[in-house]
Amino acid sequence: MARMTDNRARGARQTTAEQADDPSVATVTELHRSFGTTKVLRGLDLEIRRGEFVALLGRSGSGKSTLLRSLAGLDRTAPGELSVHGTVSVAFQEPRLLPWRKVEENIALALANTPERSRRYEQARNALEEVGLEEKRRAWPLQLSGGQLQRASLARALVREPDLLLLDEPFSALDALTRIEMHRLVTALWERHRPGVLLVTHDVDEALALADRVLVLEHGQVAAQWSVTVPRSERTDDARIWSIRTEVLDALGVETGTETNTTRSGAA
Amino acid sequence: MSTTMMRPDVPEATAPPKIDRRGTKAQRVGSRLSWLRRWVSPLVILVAWQLLSTSGILTEDVLASPLQILSTAVDLLADGTLQSATGTSITRVLWGFAIGASVGLVLATVAGLTRIGEDAVDPPMQMLRTLPHFGLIPLFIVWMGIGETPKIALIAMGVAFPLYLNTFAGIRSVDRKFLEVAETLNLTRRQRLRHVVIPGALPQALVGLRLSLGVAWLSLIVAETVSADAGLGYMINDAREFLKTDVIVVGLAVYSLLGLLTDTLVRYIERKALAWRA
Repeated sequence: MARMTDNRARGARQTTAEQADDPSVATVTELHRSFGTTKVLRGLDLEIRRGEFVALLGRSGSGKSTLLRSLAGLDRTAPGELSVHGTVSVAFQEPRLLPWRKVEENIALALANTPERSRRYEQARNALEEVGLEEKRRAWPLQLSGGQLQRASLARALVREPDLLLLDEPFSALDALTRIEMHRLVTALWERHRPGVLLVTHDVDEALALADRVLVLEHGQVAAQWSVTVPRSERTDDARIWSIRTEVLDALGVETGTETNTTRSGAA
Repeated sequence: MSTTMMRPDVPEATAPPKIDRRGTKAQRVGSRLSWLRRWVSPLVILVAWQLLSTSGILTEDVLASPLQILSTAVDLLADGTLQSATGTSITRVLWGFAIGASVGLVLATVAGLTRIGEDAVDPPMQMLRTLPHFGLIPLFIVWMGIGETPKIALIAMGVAFPLYLNTFAGIRSVDRKFLEVAETLNLTRRQRLRHVVIPGALPQALVGLRLSLGVAWLSLIVAETVSADAGLGYMINDAREFLKTDVIVVGLAVYSLLGLLTDTLVRYIERKALAWRA
C-alpha cells in the first residue's frame, strides 16, 4: 500500500491502477482560455476520478482559478474541451453564505430542486450535524466565526452529494489551528462520501496533507504531478513526503535547501 | 465612597486611569436618567411659550398659546373637522403613494433585471430626476385642473423617483459572488430572484421607501397649500384668512404626526426585514 510513485510525469493522464477502476467525474481535454490577449489556459489536460483527491498548486496567474471556474460552470468553455459527469459542488474562498438566510436555509437552498421541503431541511440538518454545526442552524451567517462559516459552506457543498467537489482555497483565510481542524474535517468527509475532489491551494503542505495527487500548474498547463500514497495519518513526519515537498517547491520555483527547516510543518 | 467600590470586579493590579472611573459613574447615573433629561429642555420651552402668551407679549394673531392650541385641537376633534380633514389628506397620500410606488418599483425591476430595460428606462429617469417636481405644478394645473388629480399626480411623481433610483441601485449592487453561488447551486431564475436578488436589493430599496414617504408628505403639503377645498391644507388656509394661528398649528402638528407615523412604520419594517444584519 505504501507504494509511492514520486516520479514526475508530464501530462495528466497517468493514474494509478486502483484509481483507473473508478468512473471519471471530470475530463478536461486541451482546454484553452484567454482573457483579452493573455492566454491563461493553454491546452490543459486533466482527469479526475470518483473518490480521488487532487490538489492543484500554482503561482498566482497560473490559471488555477480559471480551471476551477470552468469546472464549476462559471466560465464559458468551448464544446468538447470539458465534460463533468454528475453533480458538482463548490466551496469558495470566502464562504459566500447568503447573509439574509439562516444557516440551515442556506444549506437547504443547495437542494432547491428537491420538491419536498421537509426532506430538504432534514438533509440540511444532517449535513450541519456532520460538520459539527447543528446548534448554529438557526443562526444568521453574520453571527458565525470564519471557521464556522467554512464548515457551513462545506455542509452546503456536501448536502448535494456531489460527484465532484471543488474547493477554491477554502482554508486560506483561516487561522492555523482552525485550518488544521478543517483539514481533519475535510479528510473525514471525503472518506465518508468519496467524491472526486479538486482542491486549489497556495499551500504546499496543505496539498501534501490532503491529496492523493498533487498537480503543479504553470503557463496554463499541468507542468508536473505527483502521486501521494503515504497513508494520511503518517504524513506528518514521513521522509517521502519531505522529498516530494522539496520537488514540488522546486517545480513552483521556490528556492529550497535551508528553507525546509524554517517553514512551518502544516502537513499535520 | 471610594472609587474601588464602584469597580469591585477590577483587580487592583490593573487600575484603569482616573478618567475611566468617573466616566463609568456618569454613565451609570446617565443611563438611568437620560430619557428624562431629554424632556427637560422641550418642557422649559413650552412653559416659556405659555408664559409669554399669558403675559400678553406673544399675541394670538402671531402665535396662539400651547393651552389655546390644545383646546382648539379638542374642539376640532369634537366636531369632527380634524378627522375629516385628516382623512381627506391621508386618502390623497395613499393614492399618490400607491401609484408612484408601483411605477417606481416596476420601472426599477425592468431596468434592474434586463439590459434592454436599463437602456430604455434609465436614461429618461436619470434626466427627469434632476427636475424639481414642484416645478411641475403649473403644468399639472393646466393639464388636470385643480381637483384631486393634480395633487395625487404630484405625490406620485415625488414617490416614484427616490423609489426607482434606490431600488434600481439596490438590484445592481447585489454582490456578483452570491449570483455565482446561485449558479453553482443550479437555482432557477425564479429561485435566484427570490433568494438572492430581492433580499440583496432590499436594504437599498427600503432606504428609497423611507425617502419616498418623506417626499409624499411634503408633496401633499405643497399641493394642498396651492389649492384645496378639503383636507388639512384647506383647514390651514382657511384659518389663515381669519388669523386663527391655533388651527394652523394644530394642522401642522397633524402633518408631523403623520410623517412620524410612517417613518416609524418603515423603521419597523427595516428591523424585521433586515434582522440578518444583527
